[in-house]
Amino acid sequence: MANQQLNSGNPRVDLEYRRRKSAEEMRYQVISFALMIFLTLVAFAAVAAKGFTAWFTIPFIVLLAAVQVVFQLFYFMHMSHKGHEAPTLFLFSGLFVGLVMIWAFSTIIWW
Amino acid sequence: MSTYAQKKGFGATLWDFLTTVDHKKIAILYLIAGGFFFLIGGIEAVFIRIQLAVPNNDFVSAGAFNEIITMHGTTMIFLAAMPLVFAFMNAVMPLQIGARDVAFPYVNALGFWLFFFGGIFLNLSWFLGGAPDAGWTSYASLAIHSKGHGVDFYVLGLQISGLGTLIGGINFLVTIINMRAPGMTYMRMPLFTWTTFVTSALILFAFPPLTVGLVLMMFDRLFGANFFEVAQGGNTVIWEHLFWIFGHPEVYILILPAFGIFSEIFAMFSRKRLFGYSSMVFATVLIGFLGFMVWAHHMFTTGLGPVANAIFAVATMAIGVPTGIKIFNWLFTMWGGSVKFTTPMHYAFAFIPTFVMGGVTGIMLASAAADYQYHDTYFVVAHFHYVIVGGVVLALLAGTHLYWPKMFGTMLNETMGKITFWTFFIGFHMTFFIQHFLGLWGMPRRVFTYLPGQGFETSNMISSIGAAFMSVGVIVLLINIIVTSVKNVRVGNDPWGDGRTLEWSIPSPPPFYNFKQLPLVRGLDAYWIEKMEGKKEMTPAEPLGDIHMPNSSFLPFTTSLGLFIAAFGAMYHVDDKGWALPVLFIGLLVTFGSMLLRSVKDDHGFHIHKEELMNEDDNKGVKA
Repeated sequence: MANQQLNSGNPRVDLEYRRRKSAEEMRYQVISFALMIFLTLVAFAAVAAKGFTAWFTIPFIVLLAAVQVVFQLFYFMHMSHKGHEAPTLFLFSGLFVGLVMIWAFSTIIWW
Repeated sequence: MSTYAQKKGFGATLWDFLTTVDHKKIAILYLIAGGFFFLIGGIEAVFIRIQLAVPNNDFVSAGAFNEIITMHGTTMIFLAAMPLVFAFMNAVMPLQIGARDVAFPYVNALGFWLFFFGGIFLNLSWFLGGAPDAGWTSYASLAIHSKGHGVDFYVLGLQISGLGTLIGGINFLVTIINMRAPGMTYMRMPLFTWTTFVTSALILFAFPPLTVGLVLMMFDRLFGANFFEVAQGGNTVIWEHLFWIFGHPEVYILILPAFGIFSEIFAMFSRKRLFGYSSMVFATVLIGFLGFMVWAHHMFTTGLGPVANAIFAVATMAIGVPTGIKIFNWLFTMWGGSVKFTTPMHYAFAFIPTFVMGGVTGIMLASAAADYQYHDTYFVVAHFHYVIVGGVVLALLAGTHLYWPKMFGTMLNETMGKITFWTFFIGFHMTFFIQHFLGLWGMPRRVFTYLPGQGFETSNMISSIGAAFMSVGVIVLLINIIVTSVKNVRVGNDPWGDGRTLEWSIPSPPPFYNFKQLPLVRGLDAYWIEKMEGKKEMTPAEPLGDIHMPNSSFLPFTTSLGLFIAAFGAMYHVDDKGWALPVLFIGLLVTFGSMLLRSVKDDHGFHIHKEELMNEDDNKGVKA
């Protein structure tokens, strides 16, 4: 979507621009993919390693999972592209409403 | 496709409305269905007031009274106020942003039929062994042990109609984000469009909790689950939370479009730009945001603890700030304006003090400590009727008079409109003002009668007489509608003469494609800007070209009908009826069959060709 918003009629410009854009896109994809593999390994290591209590390990791997979700959304699902502002807004609003619910339920009903 | 001007028989018109995907016709369907349920809910309200007019009355039995109050609340909120709000959103919003229809016309029709069949299903309970009787909030501790099928009707009926509301809301969001005319930036959208946008976002986030709550309730009642059954380890308070996480945004879903309608009226009939437009937008968004953080103020006496009560009390009072911003902006819009007291302006003018009164009692109820005194008394009843009738219903009546010419091409009679206003307005205050005091004197809500000698007699009688006045107002409105439709005096583009927004720049009612050429929007109050420069119409933003239109379809009707049939099967399956399971499967087969048919059939719509549009100009002699 984003790389089709060009205002030049010249097909050559279009091609070169697209090629550069795609190369850039590919680089980000590979970097975030490598990072995600790395984060997964760290998560496994944190669980496998001796000496950490569950009180550290569980919040830590949940944090890593959250980072991975952000990578997933922004780099693989193209939320970083232009024209995705409205979906981003509604995604985070929904997340907010859901978290407020969970927060309220865990503080005043379940415990 | 220039057949739309031909005279059609009754059967053809009916078929047209059953299959329509046109937002203007769907708006009329919402108006008729919502108006019908409004009358049913109104009759239930009259029954309540007759029963309570004198002490120890036996007009209805205690059990029937419970059914009537439950159905009055449920009908008025879900089946009258919401669809009537949707009627104006459908009729006006696409015109205000300069669009030819909503983003998904087919889904729009599906949303209406789902709502309609859900509402019919709920009301059939009167004839099939008793209506729901656990209150419109249907608290689980009451609802689970309610005998008969009443609460099952509530659960399944609301599930079906809620589905329709949810897809309607998503449709409006997509429409406003994607289909604004060239130049129509977010900060140039009319305020009614803005409130539609925020309302639709609230629908998107508020209805899923209701769906979850209803599914859990359905499993408890129909399939023997124990989510809310305390004796089996369930938790009855979870229903209250789920209901109010939906229920509180729901009241903002109702009031925000009302604010939008009044904002349009104040600007139009003060002949002045809306004061503080950007702060109005800000206040609308802020109310929507805060609306999700206050639900527990309905549950102060449930025993949440002092910390939770304090947080929710403060959050609730914070909502008074953006609402206050709006009130002052409306006052400043009128200040120095050349105010014209038309019927809609009567409603708008009366709305301000009425709604402020409802707001003040709201702040009183928000004080958690004081709420222990007010809880479950008539004070609460008075409060929410002041905000819902004094806010939403006044806006719906105002909107009916304001947009009637745009929807039907003929003006409602102004004199009769003012008679409606005065009888309804006086009747409303007579009915509900005294109920504040009844509450403070200790009359509990939801009781079917009271004893003589407790000091409640005179006040209840006054309240009931007020209800009679309100009924007279509604009857005058109905007569007005009939007289106007019979006379059928056609009006032009801008019958009020003070139209500011795009809907008044096109004929009343608009042609089925709305805009021959999409208009170029040069600022807030786009049509007013052009008028002030001496122009008669909008500058087009595109050359005249073919217009792509969607085909009509009967499938939205059958998809919804299938769920309606399936709901009977699901409900009577509990009684071990042999026919229940087949009915359930037949219903689901109809629904999924319709969906399959929709998926496999290629439906590309049709084009109105440029030549036809140009011919029309020649025929009429004037440009549309």
